[in-house]
Amino acid sequence: MNDTSPSRRSLIGAIGAGMTLAFAGRSLASDGGLSRPKLVIVVCRGGMDGLAVTPPIGAPDYPGLRGAIAFSPAETLPIDADFALHPSLGGFHRLIISGEARIVPALASPDRARSHFEAQDVLESGASSAYGAETGWLNRTLQVLNPGRAVEALSVGATAPLILRGPAVSGAWSPGGKTAASSRLSSLLTDLYAGDSLLGPALAQGLETELMAATALAAADGAGALTAPAQGESISLGRTVAGFMVQPGGPDLVAISADGYDTHANQGRVTGALSVRLAHLDGLVEGLRTGLGAAWRRTVVVCVTEFGRTARVNGTRGTDHGTGSTALLAGGALKPGGIVGDWPGLAPAALFEGRDLRPTVDSRSLFKGLLLDHLGIDRRALDRTVFPDSLVAPPLTGLV
Amino acid sequence: MAGATLELKAAIAVTRFGLGALPGEIQAAVADPGRWLEDQIAPTGSESAAPGRARTVQRMAALTRYQAEQVEIQKSGQDAEATAERLRTLRRELQAVTATDFLERFKLDALTAQGFRRRWSLFWSNHLTVSAVKLSTSLLCGPYEQEAIQPHVFGRFDHLLASAIQHPAMLLYLDQAGSVGPNSAAAVRLRNRPRGARDAGLNENLAREVLELHTVGVDGGYGQSDVTELARCLTGWTVGDEARPETAGQFVFRANTHEPGVRTIMGRRYAEGGLDQGLRVLHDLATHPATVRRLCLKLARHFVSETPPPDLVGRLVQAWQRSEGDLSELARTLIRTPAAWRPEPQKLKTPYEWLVSSYRAVNRSPKTYGQIAPTLTALGQRPFYPPSPEGWPDEAAYWAAPDGLIKRISWAERFSASVSAQMDPSAVARASLGLRLSPLTERTLARAETRKESLALLLMSPEFQRR
Repeated sequence: MNDTSPSRRSLIGAIGAGMTLAFAGRSLASDGGLSRPKLVIVVCRGGMDGLAVTPPIGAPDYPGLRGAIAFSPAETLPIDADFALHPSLGGFHRLIISGEARIVPALASPDRARSHFEAQDVLESGASSAYGAETGWLNRTLQVLNPGRAVEALSVGATAPLILRGPAVSGAWSPGGKTAASSRLSSLLTDLYAGDSLLGPALAQGLETELMAATALAAADGAGALTAPAQGESISLGRTVAGFMVQPGGPDLVAISADGYDTHANQGRVTGALSVRLAHLDGLVEGLRTGLGAAWRRTVVVCVTEFGRTARVNGTRGTDHGTGSTALLAGGALKPGGIVGDWPGLAPAALFEGRDLRPTVDSRSLFKGLLLDHLGIDRRALDRTVFPDSLVAPPLTGLV
Repeated sequence: MAGATLELKAAIAVTRFGLGALPGEIQAAVADPGRWLEDQIAPTGSESAAPGRARTVQRMAALTRYQAEQVEIQKSGQDAEATAERLRTLRRELQAVTATDFLERFKLDALTAQGFRRRWSLFWSNHLTVSAVKLSTSLLCGPYEQEAIQPHVFGRFDHLLASAIQHPAMLLYLDQAGSVGPNSAAAVRLRNRPRGARDAGLNENLAREVLELHTVGVDGGYGQSDVTELARCLTGWTVGDEARPETAGQFVFRANTHEPGVRTIMGRRYAEGGLDQGLRVLHDLATHPATVRRLCLKLARHFVSETPPPDLVGRLVQAWQRSEGDLSELARTLIRTPAAWRPEPQKLKTPYEWLVSSYRAVNRSPKTYGQIAPTLTALGQRPFYPPSPEGWPDEAAYWAAPDGLIKRISWAERFSASVSAQMDPSAVARASLGLRLSPLTERTLARAETRKESLALLLMSPEFQRR
């Protein structure tokens, strides 16, 4: 499967942007598997702010709750009278117009603890509560799809994300070389070392050197020629992943991690931290679409997060850990349609615990619906094996 | 408040005096943190990483076999490339034990419940450094610690010193094994041969380091004549060879290479007495006031602070004098001096200490040498390879280099990614730092996006970087 290795440089760049991927392929079928449906799950880690991804511009309480970080309708990309898209999601907006994308504006996993770790575990394990399962639901999906057959899994980075972890044989692929310290960790440490007269200056100096080295390398590579270099990396990652998927015997199920959505302070609006992350996400989907070519028609991409954020802006122009958030669906296999699931609104009485967007769709229902309609997995296996004890979350059907 | 005080003391006991907390270790120390430390003082010294592993004698025998084969191969008349390749292979096979020795020692330190005992032992091992810079010493670094250092770390310092200086690893590392007294019987015989077969003479290396590094120190009041006199005195201290199989690979005193005569070192006269002459000098150097003062300061600097409280150093010096250099009394005094328990973490961990404490925090140990060696090398602490006979530096300024810090972040990210699954990083933080965990760090960890990010932040936090 590794005949066409992804470009090392593009992957390093994308990983620097906080993205890692893992995917699993099935044994070679007679047609090479090219006609099979494909599913890509993008886990947006950190708690993606659904109310900024798809601002509910029609909700009367929205401007008041969001204050300084509220969008005016003119700044957004309109979907309908009630919802719009963040201005960084231009590619996704085109897909919505062409009927190849939809939004699920009030989705949540069954977890309510507002802990990143627990919520990601629940989202990825498919269990009904934290520590409920040791394996990921995507891995169990593969087992159901391929009973008794060896399944190949591959991840980029040191480890596979929980969503793909399990008995399936898995290997790790890493771009190799020296891993530069991630920018997010460095920035958190810069804050943590603020009062440290030894480590603070040492870190600052070290980071400055790293930056110089990175700039020199980029210049040597001739990078930066594309429009927005950062987004270019994500488009490139999307194309690389698509390149794997369209090879005979390539993976049908892919998991990608996108880090950096924990926006407690200065999350920005049209520009700012979140807008950069969303531009990456938009680029990734765009890269997948163009890279998959004809296979896009048989593909569904789901961008989902562990929880949403508080409905109200906090004191530092950010938002804190909340509950319901938006999931983004894209792919040529989708049926056109409006928003998925009910919209609870933002009226004071409608908020969950008086602070968060109230979820109306269980993430397991969304996943089960797609596995049922798109991959043809039987209902019994979905209720018991892939998502144990999930009878309370029936499949959300009719999306494909 | 007594409870809180004990909890803080327990955290200090385990993280400053020990090697970092295993899960539950701080709780185990809460009842009586001082007692918890003192219980680790054992007259038998520190345990060994792998007691069953080959000792110096076998390693020296393997080295002799290797050298014989080397001669055979070179004589065999094969082409140069094939010869070089065979020699490389042989050497690799020979040196594989060094990696295993280091891994076993690291695993012991990662998992031991006797963290203070091990730190104490590592301190003395570093004070009396042997480096793998030579082929012979690379085979002996592990056995040296086990045979020469660990059994004596809670005994008298003069015994520890003599044990270290007499070990083949030290004799070979600092070139003592080949030092010959110019007026010794062997030298005279060589000189009387027509066209002196080979040079034979003094080597001052070990003598100088004994004075400068192991005992009185560079300001200890000795001069060049003292170095030369000590070098003369130590002639005959060497390693037995195959000519006499019963002592091969062991310390031997060869009277025929020993420089005869009375020696004067730092104002004292030492009557001729063969091996005993050198032992008497080492004893006097080990108990010299300059040595006592210097080592007490070094201990305080290692365990407590680079600017240690004068009271602490004073009490250590008194304990040394009272007990005639009994290192277990020194350890007890260190533990019982309140100034050693200042709550602020003072010392930056060396890469080795940091890696060990990281593994301890998550209750794991490395499976392979490859998991730790490249990182330690990149961070400036190549396994068994201290840069000089002075050993690894102990100052924060040396280890807090900007590039080193960036590399620590990279390792913390990779390590965390590989171990953080199903882990509660906040619980790991509380268990590994106890009350030394600062509210700022605790808040930062709680805000991390992922477990691996949270764990990496913990390992990089100012309080985890220090002890």
